[in-house]
Amino acid sequence: MSDHNGDIKKMMIILSKATLENVYAAFVLANGARMEGIEAEMFFTFFGLEAIHKEKLEHLHIATVGNPAMHMPTLLGGLPGMEALATHMMKKEMERIDMPDVHEFLDILKASGVKLWACKLAMDMFHYKKEDLYDDVDGVITVGDFYKQGSGVGTHMLFI
Amino acid sequence: MEKVIAGATIHVNEEGYLTDFSQWDKQIGTELAREADIDMTPRHWEVIAYLQGEFKNEVPLSIRKIGKSGVVDIKEFYQLFPMAPLKTASKIAGIPKPVSCI
Repeated sequence: MSDHNGDIKKMMIILSKATLENVYAAFVLANGARMEGIEAEMFFTFFGLEAIHKEKLEHLHIATVGNPAMHMPTLLGGLPGMEALATHMMKKEMERIDMPDVHEFLDILKASGVKLWACKLAMDMFHYKKEDLYDDVDGVITVGDFYKQGSGVGTHMLFI
Repeated sequence: MEKVIAGATIHVNEEGYLTDFSQWDKQIGTELAREADIDMTPRHWEVIAYLQGEFKNEVPLSIRKIGKSGVVDIKEFYQLFPMAPLKTASKIAGIPKPVSCI
């Protein structure tokens, strides 16, 4: 019998997408964990790497196609400029509710003690180098390394 | 509910946050900090004074605002109040639990 009381001790959050709504969801969850005294680590893989790619992280968009919550015909969502327009509107709303932009959010996460890991396999696939990434990324690691980081009682993993 | 602390009786909610800020004084803050395993230093009090000022001005608190406060940066805030800093510091300051997710 374990004497663990069921408390969450650590959140391991895997981000595999680069659409703004998914990136923000992952960031809010990681930051929210730290605010509650829970440890948090993030693993950026596949398109999720764009959220920590220096040149790409300022230009993430929300998805207007294949996103039924946009309440917009798929054909319309695919028109040129539609993603940019929707993203512009969403960013305005985010500023209103005091939501930081992606770069500032990464700064907040680092200052709060969140560990940021880049997936080695995805880095190789996209031909990214460590220098291409946000300066305070903790390292480029494998899935196995990430699992090792999450060992211990009370760890939860989340895939976004 | 009532709670006796530092020789005074205060009113707190079920999570231990003061419900009437006028009942707060530094001795009570020190005792509330001790319950959270924090030994208060002058630096801690500076942050507490800032939080109380924001509360009096009815400014909702968030981690992002703390970082822009010019009083303390986020890293030091986590060092001063290691477990759940915004909630812990608010409790010590005698102000309501912050409701922000950021």
